Amino acid sequence: MAPRIGSEPGGGPAAGRRWSDRDVEQLLGRLLRTGVAVAAAVVLAGGVVYLLGHHAGRPSYGTFAGEPEDLTRVGGIVRGAGRMSGRALIQLGLLLLIATPVARVGFSLAAFLRERDWPYVLLTGFVLALLLLSLIGQV
Amino acid sequence: MTILQFSLLLAAGSFAAGLLGALTGLGGGVVIVPLLTLGFGVDFRYAVGASLVSVIATSSGAAAAYVREGYTNVRVGMLLEVATTIGAIGGALLAGLVSTSALAIVFGVVLAYSAWASSRARPDHLAPAPDRVAVRLRLDSSYPTPEGERAYHVQHVGAGFGLMGVAGVLSGLLGIGSGAVKVLAMDQAMRLPFKVSTTTSNFMIGVTAAASAGVYLARGYIDPGLAMPVMLGVLAGATLGARLLTRMHPKKLRTLFAVVILALAAEMIYNGATHRI
Repeated sequence: MAPRIGSEPGGGPAAGRRWSDRDVEQLLGRLLRTGVAVAAAVVLAGGVVYLLGHHAGRPSYGTFAGEPEDLTRVGGIVRGAGRMSGRALIQLGLLLLIATPVARVGFSLAAFLRERDWPYVLLTGFVLALLLLSLIGQV
Repeated sequence: MTILQFSLLLAAGSFAAGLLGALTGLGGGVVIVPLLTLGFGVDFRYAVGASLVSVIATSSGAAAAYVREGYTNVRVGMLLEVATTIGAIGGALLAGLVSTSALAIVFGVVLAYSAWASSRARPDHLAPAPDRVAVRLRLDSSYPTPEGERAYHVQHVGAGFGLMGVAGVLSGLLGIGSGAVKVLAMDQAMRLPFKVSTTTSNFMIGVTAAASAGVYLARGYIDPGLAMPVMLGVLAGATLGARLLTRMHPKKLRTLFAVVILALAAEMIYNGATHRI
């Protein structure tokens, strides 16, 4: 297949220095796949630990109570997962899952930086900052 | 019901949702919230949290495949992600302020619209001439067709951006991918070719859902015991569905699933209106 052209034919001012969009897309695809696979494996492992410990309990999701602090903050989740708590391990897997698209945006930012495509560096940086702020609970 | 039985049932239901969602192209996320709230009596906010997580899992898996086919327009995706991310965080913050009954009604309406929109044909309306804003942002690109690369010109960037903000709000509020609103923004306003708009919107869904999932996690709306069977079930179902899809074209299944979605929409609206959710 013919190489893909990133913008209009002839390219923009930085066409010569650019990574081919094709290369970027291949890497992006691999990043997304790996992130989801690793996250699913951690969630599965946490699920096994959780079910071994809690299988006979009663689920109560009918009324909203919220989660304790050590399952809502990155630090608390990582510490809990270190103690091999099933619930914290699942939460760590979910954090990795949420981090996958965030890493994808970071990757796009690096690609635009390399292309010296400043308007898109700005846009991508803004999105990345918003994502990171929402993840650490500062929004 | 013990936690083990609950988890297994939930995983099986989520697997079916993921499988049907992938086979019909409607996405499994749209039925997770009704499944959890109507079927398992789960609180709406917990349900949205679990649904958001499964949306990230399936869309990232699918985006990985699409991106490599060369249809995705990364620049259009990045530009519109500014709108969807702001919208998604706003929607997630709003979810804490709105009553779950009202959320259930909004959910039902969006669900019904999605079922209706998905049943319509989506012909390409390619624009003949470039648009000034799109050219400045270098959004125009080309996509592979059987006859070789075909160029297209992106139109109405402002309208598309605004509509994508709405899609982001709905995603953060309801835990869905808002595919139907994205079709409106990208096919109809921005005039992207069908394949490009579908794959680019899929490329963005993960980021949009991650923005609101971050807020949901920090606010304690994501419960590990609930999200675990849902995420694993939907992911397994969607992965199998994508494999099967290369061998079959389930037209009848699509109609059937649209009818199921309409029925769920009616039930969500009814339960919301009578304050049962």
